[in-house]
Amino acid sequence: MFLEARREGSELTLALRGDWRVAQLPAIQAELDALTTVGVQRLRVNAAEASFDLSAAWLLHDRMQRWRATLSDIGFDGASPTALALIAHTLGDEQAIDAQLVPQGDTLATAAVESVGRRAVQSLDRAVDALGFLGHVSAALAVGLGRWKRLHPISIARHVYDTGLTAIPIVALIGFLISVILAYIGAEQLRKFGADIFVVDLVTIGVLREMGVLLTAIIVAGRSGSAFAAELGAMRLNEEIDALAATGVNHFETLVIPRLIGLMIALPLLTILADLIGIAGGALLCNWLLDMPLLHYVNRVQESIAPTTFWVGIWKAPVFAVLIAIAGTRCGLRVRGSSRHLGAMTTQAVVQSIFLVILADALFAVLFMELDV
Amino acid sequence: MAAPVVEVRGLVNQFGRQVVHRGLDMSVHSGEVFGVVGGSGSGKSVLLRSIIGLQKPKSGTVRLMGRDITQMSAAELHGVKAGYGVSFQQGALYSSLNVLQNIQLPMLEHLQLDDYALDALAMLKLRLVGLPADAARKFPAQLSGGMIKRVALARALALDPPLLFLDEPTSGLDPISAAAFDELLMYLQRELQLTVVMITHDLDTIFRTCNRVGVIVDGHMITDTLEGIVRSELPWIKAYFQGERARIHGVRHGT
Repeated sequence: MFLEARREGSELTLALRGDWRVAQLPAIQAELDALTTVGVQRLRVNAAEASFDLSAAWLLHDRMQRWRATLSDIGFDGASPTALALIAHTLGDEQAIDAQLVPQGDTLATAAVESVGRRAVQSLDRAVDALGFLGHVSAALAVGLGRWKRLHPISIARHVYDTGLTAIPIVALIGFLISVILAYIGAEQLRKFGADIFVVDLVTIGVLREMGVLLTAIIVAGRSGSAFAAELGAMRLNEEIDALAATGVNHFETLVIPRLIGLMIALPLLTILADLIGIAGGALLCNWLLDMPLLHYVNRVQESIAPTTFWVGIWKAPVFAVLIAIAGTRCGLRVRGSSRHLGAMTTQAVVQSIFLVILADALFAVLFMELDV
Repeated sequence: MAAPVVEVRGLVNQFGRQVVHRGLDMSVHSGEVFGVVGGSGSGKSVLLRSIIGLQKPKSGTVRLMGRDITQMSAAELHGVKAGYGVSFQQGALYSSLNVLQNIQLPMLEHLQLDDYALDALAMLKLRLVGLPADAARKFPAQLSGGMIKRVALARALALDPPLLFLDEPTSGLDPISAAAFDELLMYLQRELQLTVVMITHDLDTIFRTCNRVGVIVDGHMITDTLEGIVRSELPWIKAYFQGERARIHGVRHGT
């Protein structure tokens, strides 16, 4: 019981009791809601026996403000709580807080139009920004190629380690699983035609030309594209990028280029690993599914691959590396303001780099077809 | 005298082989503004983290409003956390929430309020710390250093706690903003009858606001009134309070 109401004709007297605390607000609110002021002309509030914290005092203030709209005569019996004076002082002239609430935003229709316009302008800005980013990277690369020390070899080594060496277990596993998938599909279908031997062609050409490099690139995009974006984004939030710029250090040269080159070294090596494991896995699977002896398998591998098969796959790796590194670092450097934006940019880094890798792979497929390799 | 609001007895904190507190005692009484001072690395922030239950001390007791928090279950501690407000050194505003949502977050965690009350109470706290209404929908990244400190204070006051912990409330502010913040703090302390524990390096703030000061030296705390601590003969305290900057205050305060 936080209040006691006594009604005499058209006069209502409220005696407030107990500790009005913020934790009890819902209970106090319920008691206040239960009051009926219909027919009341004079309201007296006695707050002498209650104590208030600020939030509870606000509730009393708010209710009295509302009652004032309908009742002409309203006031305190005795002194008003001191916390109410603080609220009145804080709020100044405008006594009702809700009138000061900032509107939430525009209406749905204008917001929709605005959002379309904003997106259009943003896309244009982003395209220009991406072009500028590529320009900066190329310029930094050109400087670096002139003087090898400016390529930051130690930093490159770190990124080869981070993006390459630590990825070996997962890439090896993926390489093996690709060969499992290809061998199973192949064995199932080709056995119907009695063309079991072509399972070997399927696995080796499939792994070497396409699957080895593509899936390695996708794994690396997920691991390192996100890592680049998160690391650079956190540096941006921590003002480290600004500190570099203020020192006169070119952050494209120190942050982007080592990641780019590191990944260009690591990704082809990982691809070779995936290829090797894939071929070895193929041998295991062929032996298991088709009872093919190892020697037979090796002979067939040598017959099936053209001299270009391996190189077609491996040449794509550095290109994919560039795409992943550019997408990851650019998204990281675009982080502004909040940790939420950092999360959004990290997501975008992964999505963009995987998309670019697959797009590039499709273009390569068409290109190699036309070139007849 | 009534039981202290904050009472620390024999606090020991240790990280690896580095002992930060060696049996630290500290008590803060109701209505006091208590300043915690100490060199960098003396364990001021660790002390704060121990008091508010973020860091379990190696040994010792920490009593908040008479209840020992070192022996509490997580559920009990959750209840205690509604009884104090904390403002962290860098503000620690949630960067993905706007100012109003930042202030509302403790209310959402501990209270069941309707949207109207949530908005109005958060607005009230915003106005209370002297921020304009149009700051409500801004995000932390859009605020100046002084505004961040004020929003952090408003968030610490969200649940009308009787006890407030402030970690370097005026660090990074210019002297005029710092003075304004001190004045705001004094105004709120007086009006809301707050007990304040404040870590600070700002001598101006100490002299303007604190009733008593605790200095952490060698893992222990030496507590005294301002007048007493200024006259201390311990080397570190002497150097801290009787340096060039402190002398200005000495003249002004006549000590």
